[in-house]
Amino acid sequence: MQRSRNDVWVGLFVMVGLVAILFLALKSANLLSLSFQSDYRVTAKFDNIGGLKPKAAVKSAGVVIGRVESIAFDDKSFQAKVTLALESRYAFPKDSSLKVLTSGLLGEQYVGIEAGADEKMLAAGDSLSSTQSAVVLENLIGQFLFNKAAEGGSAPAGNSATPVGKKK
Amino acid sequence: MSWIKPADVGFATRQLLADWGHGARLLLRLVRLFGAAFKRFGLVRDQIFFLGNYSLAIISVSGLFVGFVLGLQGYYTLQRYGSSEAVGLLVALSLARELGPVITALLFAGRAGTSLTAEIGLMKAGEQLSAMEMMAVDPVQRILAPRFWGGVIAMPLLAAVFSAVGILGGYVVAVLLIGIDSGAFWSQMQGGVDVWSDVGNGVIKSFVFGIAVTFIALLQGYEAQPTPEGVSRATTRTVVVSSLSVLGLDFVLTVMMFSI
Repeated sequence: MQRSRNDVWVGLFVMVGLVAILFLALKSANLLSLSFQSDYRVTAKFDNIGGLKPKAAVKSAGVVIGRVESIAFDDKSFQAKVTLALESRYAFPKDSSLKVLTSGLLGEQYVGIEAGADEKMLAAGDSLSSTQSAVVLENLIGQFLFNKAAEGGSAPAGNSATPVGKKK
Repeated sequence: MSWIKPADVGFATRQLLADWGHGARLLLRLVRLFGAAFKRFGLVRDQIFFLGNYSLAIISVSGLFVGFVLGLQGYYTLQRYGSSEAVGLLVALSLARELGPVITALLFAGRAGTSLTAEIGLMKAGEQLSAMEMMAVDPVQRILAPRFWGGVIAMPLLAAVFSAVGILGGYVVAVLLIGIDSGAFWSQMQGGVDVWSDVGNGVIKSFVFGIAVTFIALLQGYEAQPTPEGVSRATTRTVVVSSLSVLGLDFVLTVMMFSI
Protein backbone atom coordinates (compact mmCIF):
# COMPACT_ATOMS: atom_id res chain seq x y z
CA MET A 1 0.00 0.00 0.00
CA GLN A 2 1.39 3.40 -0.93
CA ARG A 3 1.81 6.05 1.72
CA SER A 4 0.18 9.41 1.36
CA ARG A 5 0.24 12.92 2.75
CA ASN A 6 -3.04 12.21 4.51
CA ASP A 7 -1.44 9.54 6.69
CA VAL A 8 -0.06 12.11 9.10
CA TRP A 9 -3.33 13.96 9.50
CA VAL A 10 -5.45 10.83 9.83
CA GLY A 11 -2.99 9.53 12.39
CA LEU A 12 -3.20 12.77 14.32
CA PHE A 13 -7.01 12.71 14.17
CA VAL A 14 -7.19 9.14 15.46
CA MET A 15 -4.70 9.99 18.21
CA VAL A 16 -6.67 13.07 19.26
CA GLY A 17 -9.83 10.92 19.44
CA LEU A 18 -8.13 8.23 21.50
CA VAL A 19 -6.63 10.85 23.82
CA ALA A 20 -10.13 12.26 24.28
CA ILE A 21 -11.49 8.81 25.22
CA LEU A 22 -8.55 8.32 27.60
CA PHE A 23 -9.20 11.75 29.09
CA LEU A 24 -12.84 10.85 29.69
CA ALA A 25 -11.89 7.52 31.25
CA LEU A 26 -9.00 8.72 33.39
CA LYS A 27 -9.74 12.30 34.30
CA SER A 28 -13.52 12.36 34.52
CA ALA A 29 -14.18 8.80 35.65
CA ASN A 30 -10.89 8.31 37.50
CA LEU A 31 -10.20 4.80 36.25
CA LEU A 32 -6.61 4.89 37.52
CA SER A 33 -7.24 5.35 41.19
CA LEU A 34 -9.98 2.74 41.21
CA SER A 35 -8.04 -0.19 39.88
CA PHE A 36 -4.37 0.21 40.66
CA GLN A 37 -4.39 0.52 44.41
CA SER A 38 -4.21 -2.49 46.64
CA ASP A 39 -6.65 -2.58 49.49
CA TYR A 40 -7.88 -4.82 52.30
CA ARG A 41 -11.43 -5.70 53.20
CA VAL A 42 -13.10 -5.43 56.55
CA THR A 43 -16.74 -5.94 57.44
CA ALA A 44 -19.07 -4.18 59.81
CA LYS A 45 -22.70 -4.56 60.82
CA PHE A 46 -25.01 -1.58 61.02
CA ASP A 47 -28.53 -1.41 62.45
CA ASN A 48 -29.50 0.97 59.69
CA ILE A 49 -27.39 2.23 56.80
CA GLY A 50 -29.89 4.78 55.52
CA GLY A 51 -29.10 5.61 51.90
CA LEU A 52 -25.55 4.25 51.81
CA LYS A 53 -24.64 2.78 48.41
CA PRO A 54 -21.84 0.56 47.15
CA LYS A 55 -18.82 2.65 46.03
CA ALA A 56 -19.57 5.33 48.60
CA ALA A 57 -16.48 6.85 50.18
CA VAL A 58 -14.95 5.78 53.48
CA LYS A 59 -13.47 8.87 55.11
CA SER A 60 -11.30 9.46 58.10
CA ALA A 61 -10.84 13.05 59.23
CA GLY A 62 -12.48 14.00 55.95
CA VAL A 63 -9.91 12.21 53.78
CA VAL A 64 -11.08 9.41 51.50
CA ILE A 65 -9.27 6.25 52.58
CA GLY A 66 -11.45 3.58 50.98
CA ARG A 67 -14.73 2.62 49.38
CA VAL A 68 -17.82 0.68 50.34
CA GLU A 69 -17.42 -2.57 48.47
CA SER A 70 -20.74 -4.27 49.00
CA ILE A 71 -23.83 -4.14 51.13
CA ALA A 72 -25.79 -7.21 52.15
CA PHE A 73 -28.52 -8.09 54.61
CA ASP A 74 -27.76 -10.50 57.41
CA ASP A 75 -30.94 -12.39 58.28
CA LYS A 76 -29.46 -13.84 61.49
CA SER A 77 -29.01 -10.56 63.30
CA PHE A 78 -31.30 -8.53 61.00
CA GLN A 79 -28.56 -6.02 60.37
CA ALA A 80 -26.91 -4.60 57.28
CA LYS A 81 -23.54 -6.21 56.58
CA VAL A 82 -21.24 -3.71 54.89
CA THR A 83 -17.91 -4.69 53.37
CA LEU A 84 -15.37 -1.89 53.20
CA ALA A 85 -12.27 -1.85 51.01
CA LEU A 86 -9.63 0.26 52.77
CA GLU A 87 -6.40 1.32 51.09
CA SER A 88 -3.47 -0.80 52.21
CA ARG A 89 -1.28 2.19 53.01
CA TYR A 90 -3.57 3.23 55.83
CA ALA A 91 -3.72 1.12 59.00
CA PHE A 92 -6.37 1.56 61.68
CA PRO A 93 -6.56 0.23 65.24
CA LYS A 94 -8.81 -2.78 65.80
CA ASP A 95 -11.27 -0.86 67.97
CA SER A 96 -11.92 1.93 65.46
CA SER A 97 -15.55 2.94 65.19
CA LEU A 98 -17.70 3.50 62.12
CA LYS A 99 -20.52 5.96 61.49
CA VAL A 100 -22.78 6.51 58.52
CA LEU A 101 -22.60 10.24 57.82
CA THR A 102 -24.01 12.61 55.26
CA SER A 103 -21.96 15.20 53.39
CA GLY A 104 -23.88 18.44 53.48
CA LEU A 105 -27.58 18.69 54.11
CA LEU A 106 -28.75 16.72 51.11
CA GLY A 107 -25.46 15.20 50.01
CA GLU A 108 -24.21 11.67 49.48
CA GLN A 109 -23.88 9.36 52.44
CA TYR A 110 -20.48 8.02 53.38
CA VAL A 111 -18.86 5.99 56.13
CA GLY A 112 -16.76 7.86 58.63
CA ILE A 113 -14.09 5.89 60.49
CA GLU A 114 -12.69 7.11 63.77
CA ALA A 115 -9.45 5.63 65.00
CA GLY A 116 -9.51 3.82 68.36
CA ALA A 117 -6.72 3.28 70.84
CA ASP A 118 -5.94 -0.42 70.36
CA GLU A 119 -2.33 -1.47 69.79
CA LYS A 120 -3.33 -4.07 67.21
CA MET A 121 -4.16 -2.93 63.70
CA LEU A 122 -7.02 -4.08 61.49
CA ALA A 123 -6.19 -6.90 59.10
CA ALA A 124 -8.02 -8.21 56.05
CA GLY A 125 -11.20 -10.05 56.97
CA ASP A 126 -11.62 -8.45 60.38
CA SER A 127 -14.98 -7.16 61.44
CA LEU A 128 -15.59 -3.91 63.26
CA SER A 129 -18.06 -4.08 66.12
CA SER A 130 -18.66 -0.49 67.18
CA THR A 131 -20.88 1.07 64.56
CA GLN A 132 -23.37 3.89 64.56
CA SER A 133 -26.38 3.92 62.28
CA ALA A 134 -27.36 6.54 59.78
CA VAL A 135 -29.58 9.30 61.03
CA VAL A 136 -33.03 8.72 59.60
CA LEU A 137 -34.85 11.99 59.24
CA GLU A 138 -38.31 10.53 59.93
CA ASN A 139 -37.16 8.99 63.22
CA LEU A 140 -35.56 12.25 64.21
CA ILE A 141 -38.71 14.24 63.50
CA GLY A 142 -40.82 11.62 65.25
CA GLN A 143 -38.63 11.84 68.33
CA PHE A 144 -38.76 15.61 68.26
CA LEU A 145 -42.55 15.64 68.11
CA PHE A 146 -42.72 13.03 70.85
CA ASN A 147 -40.50 15.17 73.10
CA LYS A 148 -42.57 18.25 72.32
CA ALA A 149 -45.74 16.39 73.25
CA ALA A 150 -44.15 15.18 76.50
CA GLU A 151 -43.09 18.75 77.33
CA GLY A 152 -46.56 20.13 76.61
CA GLY A 153 -48.06 17.47 78.88
CA SER A 154 -51.70 18.40 79.27
CA ALA A 155 -51.85 20.58 76.15
CA PRO A 156 -54.90 19.81 74.01
CA ALA A 157 -54.41 17.46 71.09
CA GLY A 158 -55.15 20.18 68.54
CA ASN A 159 -51.98 22.01 69.55
CA SER A 160 -49.68 19.36 68.13
CA ALA A 161 -50.65 20.56 64.65
CA THR A 162 -48.90 23.92 65.11
CA PRO A 163 -45.93 24.42 62.78
CA VAL A 164 -42.70 23.02 64.13
CA GLY A 165 -40.68 26.10 63.33
CA LYS A 166 -42.80 28.42 65.45
CA LYS A 167 -41.36 28.91 68.92
CA LYS A 168 -43.77 29.61 71.75
CA MET B 1 -58.76 13.96 -2.38
CA SER B 2 -61.83 13.00 -0.46
CA TRP B 3 -61.42 9.22 -0.52
CA ILE B 4 -58.54 7.05 0.55
CA LYS B 5 -58.44 4.23 -1.94
CA PRO B 6 -57.31 0.82 -0.64
CA ALA B 7 -55.18 0.44 -3.72
CA ASP B 8 -53.19 3.55 -2.83
CA VAL B 9 -52.60 2.33 0.71
CA GLY B 10 -51.53 -1.05 -0.60
CA PHE B 11 -49.17 0.49 -3.13
CA ALA B 12 -47.64 2.80 -0.53
CA THR B 13 -47.13 -0.09 1.89
CA ARG B 14 -45.54 -2.24 -0.79
CA GLN B 15 -43.25 0.59 -1.81
CA LEU B 16 -42.27 1.27 1.80
CA LEU B 17 -41.43 -2.37 2.37
CA ALA B 18 -39.43 -2.51 -0.86
CA ASP B 19 -37.47 0.60 0.16
CA TRP B 20 -36.72 -0.84 3.57
CA GLY B 21 -35.68 -4.12 2.00
CA HIS B 22 -33.31 -2.29 -0.37
CA GLY B 23 -31.86 -0.38 2.56
CA ALA B 24 -31.42 -3.41 4.78
CA ARG B 25 -29.70 -5.36 1.98
CA LEU B 26 -27.35 -2.47 1.29
CA LEU B 27 -26.50 -2.18 5.00
CA LEU B 28 -25.84 -5.91 5.18
CA ARG B 29 -23.55 -5.72 2.17
CA LEU B 30 -21.65 -2.76 3.62
CA VAL B 31 -21.14 -4.58 6.92
CA ARG B 32 -19.97 -7.70 5.10
CA LEU B 33 -17.53 -5.62 3.03
CA PHE B 34 -15.63 -4.79 6.24
CA GLY B 35 -12.72 -7.02 5.26
CA ALA B 36 -12.65 -5.92 1.65
CA ALA B 37 -12.69 -2.25 2.64
CA PHE B 38 -9.76 -2.69 4.99
CA LYS B 39 -7.71 -4.59 2.42
CA ARG B 40 -7.50 -1.29 0.59
CA PHE B 41 -7.09 0.80 3.69
CA GLY B 42 -5.91 3.78 1.66
CA LEU B 43 -9.48 4.41 0.53
CA VAL B 44 -10.83 4.23 4.09
CA ARG B 45 -8.00 6.44 5.31
CA ASP B 46 -8.88 9.14 2.78
CA GLN B 47 -12.48 9.02 3.93
CA ILE B 48 -11.51 9.25 7.60
CA PHE B 49 -9.44 12.27 6.60
CA PHE B 50 -12.32 13.84 4.73
CA LEU B 51 -15.09 13.00 7.24
CA GLY B 52 -13.10 13.17 10.45
CA ASN B 53 -10.32 15.71 10.17
CA TYR B 54 -12.42 18.29 8.40
CA SER B 55 -15.19 17.91 11.01
CA LEU B 56 -12.75 18.33 13.88
CA ALA B 57 -12.97 22.13 13.90
CA ILE B 58 -16.76 22.38 14.02
CA ILE B 59 -16.97 19.56 16.58
CA SER B 60 -14.44 21.00 18.98
CA VAL B 61 -15.76 24.55 18.76
CA SER B 62 -19.33 23.33 19.35
CA GLY B 63 -18.16 21.15 22.21
CA LEU B 64 -16.38 24.09 23.81
CA PHE B 65 -19.46 26.30 23.69
CA VAL B 66 -21.81 23.55 24.85
CA GLY B 67 -19.44 23.03 27.79
CA PHE B 68 -19.47 26.77 28.54
CA VAL B 69 -23.26 26.90 28.53
CA LEU B 70 -23.64 23.72 30.59
CA GLY B 71 -21.26 25.16 33.16
CA LEU B 72 -23.18 28.44 33.42
CA GLN B 73 -26.66 26.94 33.44
CA GLY B 74 -25.69 24.10 35.74
CA TYR B 75 -24.15 26.55 38.18
CA TYR B 76 -27.29 28.71 38.12
CA THR B 77 -29.47 25.79 39.18
CA LEU B 78 -27.06 24.06 41.55
CA GLN B 79 -26.10 27.12 43.56
CA ARG B 80 -29.72 27.40 44.73
CA TYR B 81 -29.22 24.12 46.56
CA GLY B 82 -25.80 25.06 47.81
CA SER B 83 -24.03 22.37 45.80
CA SER B 84 -22.34 24.40 43.10
CA GLU B 85 -19.28 22.11 43.23
CA ALA B 86 -21.39 19.41 41.58
CA VAL B 87 -21.34 21.43 38.36
CA GLY B 88 -18.35 19.36 37.21
CA LEU B 89 -20.36 16.19 37.68
CA LEU B 90 -23.34 17.68 35.87
CA VAL B 91 -21.25 18.78 32.89
CA ALA B 92 -19.38 15.46 32.63
CA LEU B 93 -22.46 13.26 32.98
CA SER B 94 -24.61 15.18 30.54
CA LEU B 95 -21.81 15.30 27.98
CA ALA B 96 -20.63 11.70 28.27
CA ARG B 97 -24.08 10.13 28.43
CA GLU B 98 -26.23 12.29 26.21
CA LEU B 99 -25.04 15.48 24.60
CA GLY B 100 -21.66 14.34 23.31
CA PRO B 101 -22.93 11.50 21.12
CA VAL B 102 -26.20 13.20 20.09
CA ILE B 103 -24.94 16.66 19.17
CA THR B 104 -21.90 15.18 17.45
CA ALA B 105 -24.18 12.93 15.40
CA LEU B 106 -26.42 15.85 14.43
CA LEU B 107 -23.43 17.97 13.43
CA PHE B 108 -21.88 15.00 11.65
CA ALA B 109 -25.08 14.53 9.65
CA GLY B 110 -25.01 18.18 8.63
CA ARG B 111 -21.30 18.44 7.99
CA ALA B 112 -20.33 15.02 6.61
CA GLY B 113 -23.58 13.23 5.78
CA THR B 114 -24.74 15.87 3.32
CA SER B 115 -21.44 15.85 1.48
CA LEU B 116 -21.56 12.07 1.20
CA THR B 117 -25.09 12.17 -0.22
CA ALA B 118 -24.28 14.96 -2.65
CA GLU B 119 -21.09 13.25 -3.81
CA ILE B 120 -22.70 9.90 -4.46
CA GLY B 121 -25.86 11.44 -5.90
CA LEU B 122 -23.78 13.44 -8.39
CA MET B 123 -21.74 10.35 -9.26
CA LYS B 124 -25.00 8.62 -10.00
CA ALA B 125 -26.36 11.58 -11.97
CA GLY B 126 -23.15 11.69 -14.01
CA GLU B 127 -23.50 7.94 -14.60
CA GLN B 128 -20.11 7.30 -13.04
CA LEU B 129 -21.54 4.48 -10.96
CA SER B 130 -22.98 2.81 -14.08
CA ALA B 131 -19.64 3.30 -15.81
CA MET B 132 -17.88 1.51 -12.96
CA GLU B 133 -20.31 -1.36 -13.22
CA MET B 134 -19.57 -1.54 -16.96
CA MET B 135 -15.88 -1.94 -16.09
CA ALA B 136 -16.77 -4.74 -13.67
CA VAL B 137 -15.91 -2.59 -10.66
CA ASP B 138 -18.47 -2.94 -7.89
CA PRO B 139 -19.45 0.62 -6.89
CA VAL B 140 -20.72 -0.57 -3.50
CA GLN B 141 -17.33 -2.03 -2.72
CA ARG B 142 -15.20 0.70 -4.32
CA ILE B 143 -17.23 3.81 -3.41
CA LEU B 144 -19.72 3.10 -0.65
CA ALA B 145 -17.88 0.70 1.68
CA PRO B 146 -14.81 2.92 2.32
CA ARG B 147 -17.08 5.88 3.03
CA PHE B 148 -19.25 3.80 5.34
CA TRP B 149 -16.35 2.47 7.39
CA GLY B 150 -14.58 5.83 7.37
CA GLY B 151 -17.68 7.44 8.88
CA VAL B 152 -18.21 4.64 11.39
CA ILE B 153 -14.61 5.00 12.61
CA ALA B 154 -14.60 8.79 12.64
CA MET B 155 -17.87 9.30 14.51
CA PRO B 156 -16.98 7.82 17.98
CA LEU B 157 -13.65 9.65 17.92
CA LEU B 158 -15.40 12.93 17.14
CA ALA B 159 -17.93 12.33 19.92
CA ALA B 160 -15.13 11.68 22.40
CA VAL B 161 -13.38 14.88 21.31
CA PHE B 162 -16.67 16.73 21.74
CA SER B 163 -17.18 15.45 25.29
CA ALA B 164 -13.57 16.05 26.33
CA VAL B 165 -13.50 19.58 24.95
CA GLY B 166 -16.90 20.22 26.53
CA ILE B 167 -15.61 19.18 29.95
CA LEU B 168 -12.67 21.53 29.49
CA GLY B 169 -15.15 24.27 28.55
CA GLY B 170 -17.15 23.55 31.69
CA TYR B 171 -13.89 23.74 33.66
CA VAL B 172 -13.06 27.12 32.15
CA VAL B 173 -16.46 28.57 33.09
CA ALA B 174 -16.88 26.94 36.49
CA VAL B 175 -13.33 27.20 37.82
CA LEU B 176 -11.73 30.10 36.02
CA LEU B 177 -14.78 32.34 35.60
CA ILE B 178 -17.09 31.56 38.51
CA GLY B 179 -14.39 30.50 40.91
CA ILE B 180 -15.50 27.05 42.04
CA ASP B 181 -12.69 25.12 43.69
CA SER B 182 -10.79 23.15 41.09
CA GLY B 183 -10.26 20.14 43.35
CA ALA B 184 -13.96 19.92 44.20
CA PHE B 185 -14.85 20.26 40.51
CA TRP B 186 -12.74 17.24 39.54
CA SER B 187 -13.39 15.12 42.62
CA GLN B 188 -17.17 15.48 42.37
CA MET B 189 -16.86 14.47 38.73
CA GLN B 190 -14.66 11.50 39.48
CA GLY B 191 -16.93 10.40 42.29
CA GLY B 192 -20.00 10.31 40.10
CA VAL B 193 -18.88 9.26 36.61
CA ASP B 194 -18.45 5.55 36.01
CA VAL B 195 -16.07 4.39 33.30
CA TRP B 196 -18.21 1.63 31.86
CA SER B 197 -21.77 2.67 32.53
CA ASP B 198 -21.31 6.34 31.58
CA VAL B 199 -18.27 6.79 29.37
CA GLY B 200 -18.45 3.31 27.80
CA ASN B 201 -22.15 3.56 27.01
CA GLY B 202 -21.57 6.98 25.50
CA VAL B 203 -18.96 5.49 23.17
CA ILE B 204 -21.36 2.69 22.19
CA LYS B 205 -24.05 5.27 21.49
CA SER B 206 -21.77 7.31 19.27
CA PHE B 207 -20.76 4.15 17.39
CA VAL B 208 -24.41 3.31 16.71
CA PHE B 209 -25.11 6.88 15.61
CA GLY B 210 -22.07 6.72 13.32
CA ILE B 211 -23.51 3.64 11.60
CA ALA B 212 -26.97 5.23 11.33
CA VAL B 213 -25.90 8.63 10.00
CA THR B 214 -23.30 7.36 7.54
CA PHE B 215 -25.59 4.63 6.25
CA ILE B 216 -28.57 6.96 5.78
CA ALA B 217 -26.37 9.46 3.92
CA LEU B 218 -25.02 6.75 1.61
CA LEU B 219 -28.44 5.21 1.02
CA GLN B 220 -30.02 8.56 0.15
CA GLY B 221 -27.21 9.30 -2.30
CA TYR B 222 -27.33 5.85 -3.84
CA GLU B 223 -31.12 5.87 -4.26
CA ALA B 224 -31.32 9.53 -5.38
CA GLN B 225 -33.05 10.51 -8.61
CA PRO B 226 -30.19 11.16 -11.04
CA THR B 227 -31.16 14.77 -11.64
CA PRO B 228 -29.98 18.03 -10.00
CA GLU B 229 -33.34 18.29 -8.27
CA GLY B 230 -33.17 14.69 -7.09
CA VAL B 231 -29.70 15.19 -5.59
CA SER B 232 -30.83 18.29 -3.73
CA ARG B 233 -33.87 16.45 -2.39
CA ALA B 234 -31.73 13.52 -1.32
CA THR B 235 -29.37 15.86 0.53
CA THR B 236 -32.25 17.47 2.41
CA ARG B 237 -33.68 14.06 3.23
CA THR B 238 -30.32 12.95 4.61
CA VAL B 239 -30.37 15.70 7.21
CA VAL B 240 -34.02 15.20 8.14
CA VAL B 241 -34.00 11.41 8.28
CA SER B 242 -30.65 11.05 10.03
CA SER B 243 -31.43 13.72 12.62
CA LEU B 244 -34.74 12.11 13.46
CA SER B 245 -33.31 8.62 13.59
CA VAL B 246 -30.45 9.79 15.82
CA LEU B 247 -32.93 11.27 18.28
CA GLY B 248 -35.16 8.19 18.11
CA LEU B 249 -32.24 5.78 18.47
CA ASP B 250 -30.96 7.86 21.37
CA PHE B 251 -34.21 7.36 23.22
CA VAL B 252 -34.17 3.60 22.60
CA LEU B 253 -30.51 3.27 23.59
CA THR B 254 -30.99 5.36 26.72
CA VAL B 255 -33.92 3.21 27.79
CA MET B 256 -31.87 0.06 27.20
CA MET B 257 -28.66 1.28 28.85
CA PHE B 258 -29.62 3.43 31.78
CA SER B 259 -33.11 2.64 32.96
CA ILE B 260 -32.53 -0.91 34.12
